[in-house]
Amino acid sequence: MAKIVAGIGSSHVPAIGAALDNGKTEEPYWKRVFSGFEKSKQWMAETKPDVAIVVYNDHASAFSVDLIPTFALGCAAEFPPADEGWGPRPVPVVKGHPALAAHIAQSVILDEFDLTIVNKMEVDHGMTVPMNLLFGQPKDEWPCPVIPLAVNVVMYPPPTGHRCYMLGKAIRKAVESYPEDLKVVIFGTGGLSHQISGPRAGLINSKWDKNFLDNLSKDPKKLTRIPHIDYMREAGAEGIEMVMWLIMRGALEDKVDEVYRFYTVPASNTAVGHIILENKRKAAGKSKAKTKTKHRQAAARKVSQRKVSKGKQ
Amino acid sequence: MARTQQDYDDIPGTFVFDAERSREGYGINMFCMSLMKDANRKAFKANEAEYLKKFRLTPEQTEAVLKRDYNRMLELGGNIYFTAKLGATDGHSFQHLAAVMTGATQQDYAAMMLAGGRSVEGNRSRSGKDKPAKSKSKPKSKSKSSAKRK
Repeated sequence: MAKIVAGIGSSHVPAIGAALDNGKTEEPYWKRVFSGFEKSKQWMAETKPDVAIVVYNDHASAFSVDLIPTFALGCAAEFPPADEGWGPRPVPVVKGHPALAAHIAQSVILDEFDLTIVNKMEVDHGMTVPMNLLFGQPKDEWPCPVIPLAVNVVMYPPPTGHRCYMLGKAIRKAVESYPEDLKVVIFGTGGLSHQISGPRAGLINSKWDKNFLDNLSKDPKKLTRIPHIDYMREAGAEGIEMVMWLIMRGALEDKVDEVYRFYTVPASNTAVGHIILENKRKAAGKSKAKTKTKHRQAAARKVSQRKVSKGKQ
Repeated sequence: MARTQQDYDDIPGTFVFDAERSREGYGINMFCMSLMKDANRKAFKANEAEYLKKFRLTPEQTEAVLKRDYNRMLELGGNIYFTAKLGATDGHSFQHLAAVMTGATQQDYAAMMLAGGRSVEGNRSRSGKDKPAKSKSKPKSKSKSSAKRK
């Protein structure tokens, strides 16, 4: 059985990619940003996922305004880096995992999430910057196959936070019904607070960001109730990207261990946020251990159901 | 032309790219998208007004593009990820565009960002509803909140 073991939240600021591509990582301004990801790279190297699902948004690269899919799942065998106006980023072509992607598509569509299937797509900094931050800068190939999930956060309205969270849950269910033993991680990218358009550009709200990260760890359901207007007002028009982190969070257990967090302002126009969340039960990989945890889970569920029904009366 | 009023129109200095603007701004955004190709960039630079004719912009939109009035482009349905391609075609960095839209010099804008960015205080609302959104201010326990499952 495949299993999602951890979730990673990370900003995907394009200037971070440019700093990497132009060898500026040692400049003090950028070192401040990159130093926050050293531990994460180590964590990722130790975690060694078999597959990564990366939730991100396209920035007028693969999708213009001709087509604006709300959720687009990349089912192709590979995804070349897009030319965003300065030539394609010098990163390896992203290899997909078509079999798992197709399985996820089938499962979540039957779970009533009307995904768009994408069999040909170029991927931009929204996806490759977080991959660099966590996987480093491999020359020839990325360490594992990646399934892109592009979310519309460019045209209002993006999907609600609640919808994103529930899609995460459906993705987890899909992954867990895949027969092959695969260790999967899921990225939620974008944010945190930033506005890059209009006279209010440059807005940053660190207090909001910290609250968001705190609740992401401990009380994600609270985040699912935030209306879009609050994101835009408080965290900037483009800060609404943060709903994508809720897909990642929904794909994890209700209770998680926060194993790492980093926050810095600014990178270019944006507050950089990063978090690593692991499911409480580490994937044991042994079937015996699995059945045990299943029993434990079932017991826990009964207890919590009892609690809920008590609370209702 | 009158725009349907939306709750987010109350956010100052912000043009939310919604479905209505997306419809109106289709031409601006597809024009900007065309600038991803070098041949098109050259054709545009050679004769801007002529090149724009292909995209059926309104006279206001055409004027905004020719004048490089970035805020007006947003107001008339342009989206920042698209209009940024026009900025790049002119050889400007993104920060230059951001500074232009805010009416600051690039130096002042960069200094503001380094100092932590523009504060949300005083920048939440045109109508004076300048309070933090209540939904996330205090982590009070919500145990009695309405029945929800899963």
